[in-house]
Amino acid sequence: MKQFIGFLRKEFLHIFRDPRTMIIIFGLPIIQLLLFGKVINTDLQDSKIAILDQSHDNTTREITSKLLSSGYFVLGEELLPGDDVEDVFRKGKVKMVVTFGTNFEQDLERDGKVDVQLLADASDPNTARMLTNYATGIINDYVKKGKLQNLQLPHQIGTEVRMLYNEGLKSVYMFVPGIMAMILMLISAMMTSISISREKELGTMEVLLASPLRPIQIVLGKVTPYLLLSFINAVTIIVLGVFVFGVPIKGSILFLMAESFLFILMSLSLGILISTIAPNQMVAMLISVLALMLPTILLSGFMFPIANMPFPLKILSSIMPPRWFIVIIKNIMLKGTGITYVWKETLILMFMTFVFITLSIKNFKTRLE
Amino acid sequence: MKTILYVIQKEFIQVKRNKTMLRMIVMIPLLQMLVLVFAATYDLKNVNIFLVDKDLSATSRQLASKLEASPFFTIDHTSFNPEEGEQELLRNNDDIVLIIPPNFEHDLMREDKANLQLLVNAIDGSAAQLSYSYATSVIRDFNKNIIADWKGLPKFNAPYQINTVSRFWYNSELEYKWYMAPGILAILVTLIGLFLSGMSLVKEKELGTIEQLNVTPIRKIHFLTGKLIPFVIIALFDLSFGLLLAKLAFNLPIVGSLWLIFGFGVLYLLGILGLGLFISTVADTQQQVMFVTYFFMMIFILMGGVFTPVDSMPHWAQLLNQCNPVFHFMRIMRMVVLKGSEFSDLIHEFIALCIIGVTFLSLALLRYRKTA
Repeated sequence: MKQFIGFLRKEFLHIFRDPRTMIIIFGLPIIQLLLFGKVINTDLQDSKIAILDQSHDNTTREITSKLLSSGYFVLGEELLPGDDVEDVFRKGKVKMVVTFGTNFEQDLERDGKVDVQLLADASDPNTARMLTNYATGIINDYVKKGKLQNLQLPHQIGTEVRMLYNEGLKSVYMFVPGIMAMILMLISAMMTSISISREKELGTMEVLLASPLRPIQIVLGKVTPYLLLSFINAVTIIVLGVFVFGVPIKGSILFLMAESFLFILMSLSLGILISTIAPNQMVAMLISVLALMLPTILLSGFMFPIANMPFPLKILSSIMPPRWFIVIIKNIMLKGTGITYVWKETLILMFMTFVFITLSIKNFKTRLE
Repeated sequence: MKTILYVIQKEFIQVKRNKTMLRMIVMIPLLQMLVLVFAATYDLKNVNIFLVDKDLSATSRQLASKLEASPFFTIDHTSFNPEEGEQELLRNNDDIVLIIPPNFEHDLMREDKANLQLLVNAIDGSAAQLSYSYATSVIRDFNKNIIADWKGLPKFNAPYQINTVSRFWYNSELEYKWYMAPGILAILVTLIGLFLSGMSLVKEKELGTIEQLNVTPIRKIHFLTGKLIPFVIIALFDLSFGLLLAKLAFNLPIVGSLWLIFGFGVLYLLGILGLGLFISTVADTQQQVMFVTYFFMMIFILMGGVFTPVDSMPHWAQLLNQCNPVFHFMRIMRMVVLKGSEFSDLIHEFIALCIIGVTFLSLALLRYRKTA
C-alpha cells in the first residue's frame, strides 16, 4: 500500500510539474465549451438572400419587408431583371433568391392567385430547405393576416403546440450535453493512453515492471490522477452549462455526478485499453484522435439524430459510449427523470467499462519483448 | 537542392518503415468518410406519434389515417390518457403527442373552429421544428379536404393565394451526402497534414535525433522544405483517393475543375503544415503537440461550418473565421465540387489562404532554431 501511495505521488507530480499539460487539461475544455456554446448553432438567422422584384408594387414591397424584418433574412443583394442568378450563387454570396414576376399585384387582384419563386442554393440542402420553409411560412402568414383578415372562413382547424423540455427551441440544450461527453471522453481516453504508452516509449516502463508494484497497482496509479482531474472537469462543465448557458438541471445533481463519474471511468478504461494495444505514443494518439474524434461528433447523436441513420450505422452508433451518456445527461438535466428512465443506458456504460478493463488486463504485458 | 532531396528521401523512408502508421493514415480517413457521410444527415425519416383521440368521431379517425398515410409519421401508440403520452416522450419512444379533444368534430361543424393539441419533444430544436411543420402541413391539407367535402365543392381555395414555388439548384434531390462528402474530405486532409507535420519535428526532439540534424550543414529552410513536401504528397494522395471513392460510392457530381481543387489543396496544405511545424517547434513532447493540435482541430472544424451553417454564428465568430483555414478550404471544396465556381469567384478565399499560409510558414521558420 505504501509503495502504491508513493507511485501515486509520482504520477501527480508528473502532471502538476508540467504547467503546459495543466493548462491543456483545464483550460481547453472551458474555452471550448464557452466558444461552442455560443458559436454552434443550427438556428437560422440573418441568412443573406437576394430579391429580384420585377413588379415593384405595394404587395411585393410589403412581402419583401416582411421577409427582411423577420430576423431570418438579410438583404445580400438586390438583383435587376436580366441579372444572372447563377453568377450570384457561384460567388456564394447569397443562399436564396426571391423572385416576383411582372404585374404581381395585378395578377393577384385579377386571378386571386399568383406565384412567388424561391430559388435556393441547395449545395447546402439542409439550409436550403429551412430557408424555403421559413419564407413560405412568412408569405402564408402575410396572406392570412393582411389579405384574408376580414373574411370569415368555414371549418377551421387550429393547432396549439407545446414544445416540451425546450420551449425556446434553443440549440444550446442539444449541444451542451454533447460537448460535455466529447470533451470528457477525449481528454480522459487520450490522457491515459498517452501517459502509459509514454512510459513504454521512454523505457521507464521497464523500471516500473521490475519494481515490486503489481501490474494492477501500476494501472490504478496511472488512472487515479486522471480520474480526479476529469471529474473536476466534469463539474466545471456542468457549472458553466448552468450559469453561462442557462441549461437547467431538472433532475438530481447527485445522480448526474454519479453518472458522469461512471462515464469518466469508462473513458479511462478505454484509454488503458488503447495504450495496451498501441506500441508508441504516436499510434495511441492517432487511435484516440482520428478514430474517436469524428465518430464521437457524428455517431453519438451529438449533432445528427440517430433515428435518421441507416440501420448499419445505428448498430455502429450503439457501440459508441458517448451516445448512451448523452441520452443520460439529457434525461437528467432537461427532462428531470431518475434512474428508472435511464437504467438501461447506465447498465450499458457499466458493461462497456467492464469489457474494456477485462480486455486491457488480458493485453497488459508484464514481460518485455 | 540536393540536400532537400535527401531529407525528402529520409522522410519517406521513415514513413514507409512505420507500417502501422502508414496504414492508419491512409485507411482510417477513407473508411471514416465512407461510413460517416451516411451518418451526417438532418433528414427526418420517421416521426413517432402518440395519439390521444378523445373524440372518436369519423373526422378524428380520418385525420389519424391521413397522418399514418404520410411517409413521415407512424402512430405507434393510442390511448385516452395524455399523461401516458408524456411518459413515452420522456422515455424517448415517441416524438409527438397529438391530442384530439372531445367534441372535435362537433365544434368544427357547428362553431367553424376546433383546436388540436400537439406536444413535441423539443430537446433537438431543429428536428422538433421540422416535424411540427410537417404535421401542420398534413393537418392543413386535411382541413382543406374537409371544407371541400362538407361544402360539396370539388376543391376549396381561399380567395387570395400567393403560392411559393421552390427550386433547389445544384442539388435538386436535396442529397445531404453530396454536401457532407467534400466537407469531411477537407477535414481528413487537415487532420493528416496537421498531425504528420506536428509530430515529425517533436519526435526527432524526443529521440534526440534533432541534435544530429542540427550539427549537419543543412540550412533550416531546406530542412523544413524537405520535411513538408512528403506530407503534401501524402495528403494530396488521400484527397484524390477520397474524391474518387466519393464519386463511386455516392455518385458525387464534381462540377468544377479538378486542377482548381488540387491547386487550392496545395496552397491550403502549405498553411496547415506550417501551423503543424510551428506547433512542433514550440512543444517539447508529443503529448503537448497532440493536445494543441486537437484543440486547433476542434475549433477549426466546428467553427468552419462543416456541420452547422456559418451564417447562424454570431458576428464576431464570422469575423474570426477569416483566420480559419478550414473555413476557407471547406467553402472552396463545396463551391468548386458542387457549383463549379471558378477562380474568379474564389479570389477572396485565395488571398485569405495565401496570407494564412505565409504567416504560419514564416512563424515556423522564425521559431525553429538550429541552436538548442
